[in-house]
Amino acid sequence: MPMETPRGETGLAWQRFMKDRAAVVALWILGIFYAVAILADVAAPYTLKDESREHPYCPPTAVHFFAPDGRFAGAHVRGVQMTYDHFRRRIYNETADIYPLRFFGRGETYRFLGAFPADRHIITVDAPGRIYLLGADSRGRDVFSRIIHGARVSLTIGLFGVLISFSIGLLVGGIAGYFGGRTDHVLMRLCEMVMMVPGFYLLLALRAAVPDSLDSLQVYAAIIIILSFIGWAGLARVIRGMCLSLKERDYVLAARTMGLSDLQIIVRHILPHTLSYSLAAVTLAVPGYILGESALSLIGLGIQDPYASWGNMLAEAMSIVRIQFAPWILWPAFFIGITVLCFNAAGDALRDAWDPLLKGRGEGA
Amino acid sequence: MLLQLEGLTKRFPGGVTALDGVSVDLVAGEHLGLVGESGCGKTTLARIVMGLVIPDQGRVLFEGRELVSAKERRGLFCRKARMVFQDPFSSLDPRFTVRAILREALALEPRMRLGEELGRMREVLGLVRLPPDILARYPHEFSGGERQRIAIARALMSQPSLLVLDEVLSSLDVLVQQDILTVLEEIPRRTGVTYLFIAHNLRTVRRLSRRVAVMRRGVIVEYGGCEDLFSSAVHPYTQALFKAAINYEVSA
Repeated sequence: MPMETPRGETGLAWQRFMKDRAAVVALWILGIFYAVAILADVAAPYTLKDESREHPYCPPTAVHFFAPDGRFAGAHVRGVQMTYDHFRRRIYNETADIYPLRFFGRGETYRFLGAFPADRHIITVDAPGRIYLLGADSRGRDVFSRIIHGARVSLTIGLFGVLISFSIGLLVGGIAGYFGGRTDHVLMRLCEMVMMVPGFYLLLALRAAVPDSLDSLQVYAAIIIILSFIGWAGLARVIRGMCLSLKERDYVLAARTMGLSDLQIIVRHILPHTLSYSLAAVTLAVPGYILGESALSLIGLGIQDPYASWGNMLAEAMSIVRIQFAPWILWPAFFIGITVLCFNAAGDALRDAWDPLLKGRGEGA
Repeated sequence: MLLQLEGLTKRFPGGVTALDGVSVDLVAGEHLGLVGESGCGKTTLARIVMGLVIPDQGRVLFEGRELVSAKERRGLFCRKARMVFQDPFSSLDPRFTVRAILREALALEPRMRLGEELGRMREVLGLVRLPPDILARYPHEFSGGERQRIAIARALMSQPSLLVLDEVLSSLDVLVQQDILTVLEEIPRRTGVTYLFIAHNLRTVRRLSRRVAVMRRGVIVEYGGCEDLFSSAVHPYTQALFKAAINYEVSA
């Protein structure tokens, strides 16, 4: 880690942040998740549309190095054969067929980053072999691939949602705090009206107001807008409180005497000073959006099959019997959990990294 | 007449009367010192002049024109009248570099070419005797005195004709006060700016002002030429102030 002398306070805060081990680990994990989400087409063995009706609820595929006769055969998977036992339960048995793992081998074609046609995947096996690293779902689709594709939806919904709702929250809070009086009164009552309704019911009500006949991209946008409509009010109230004290600072008064417009003053001299708080708050809010999307998709109001999101993958796991016989369909929950934990760790560390700075420099004076 | 204040009255909620019918005139070139104990309404007066506080009654005329709306102020006044605040630690935004701080003072000026803008910055930094290579630095890297110079430099950026100096020395230690005073004495000679100099220390007022107004409890109790007032103060409060100043000089 380069330890150059920091210029502004951002540098100091960043140094303190980097000292927090958990936060750095969390940041790395999130970085890897997002990188994989961006490169989902390459990272996933199969595309979204891929399914194999002969392999419903196929358990995770074992990777072997030695052939059944004991000779070394490199990393490979075996073929599987589905049969039923006398309770009509599916039994998968490995056959003697060997399908070597291919790295960056050719598989199904896709458009890389939506632009260039490509067919390479990081891990793949030749048909008719199937590789299910984390098992398969009811239609024989690879859970691992779908988690990677679903990450695109689940991870970005949080970011976009937070971006929109915090822009609204910052601006509304800034305007209410700066102008005060009647403006403040009206805006704050509005916030309270939004906050009054329990989040999840507001989510459902707003979703009900959006027509059902949307394509997946429209649903995605609708979910982002719905989620951001819920999140802005809490931040607006805190920012407003901070602005009440910030607007009395001399540099704000100086800016007013120099003829800067109110909006310029709010954006340049007031909101940046709430950054320390709002940056941590933004990071801590992302999990709420991820969970919100998951909840909507889980009950079937969010992203629709065949598109994957971590929430709609879990919809299959709502039956206890399926969990009993195919526990691997719970994997998306594991990734939701890790992501939420990482965002919380990073958010906590961000808040801690900024706080001593604000106290130490006597900004509150 | 540069600035005319007519019958300014301001009451704050809670019954505090900060100003009670204050009228003062300020002639270009005749720096006006405003003295009085803390809480007598000096800062409120400065803020009314700058449009930060709206008076209950009275008018502010700048170059003969009354300033009513914020829009009118922005037209000319905001460029031609600038204020320096008491506390240099809170009057500079800690997130801005010196360069950004100075540039912001040009918000209402016609857009300048980069070289022209830099030239202006070097010029005002020269006026306050700061080296021009500090432009990329942040306020927290400077001492109180240096910050106050930056604040003065910022106020000079738009080449104003009126500078309201609100207790600009009181939060600095004595040696630094002397430096800043020297700088402040020089600036009008080189720029032609006129001061409204607010202080509670009579000695500094004497060095900078041609005319002095003495305020007490929101009223101007004595007003006149600087030397006249020092030789023959009439009001008992002014006399008490002088006495205190002399004692201060003896003990210091």
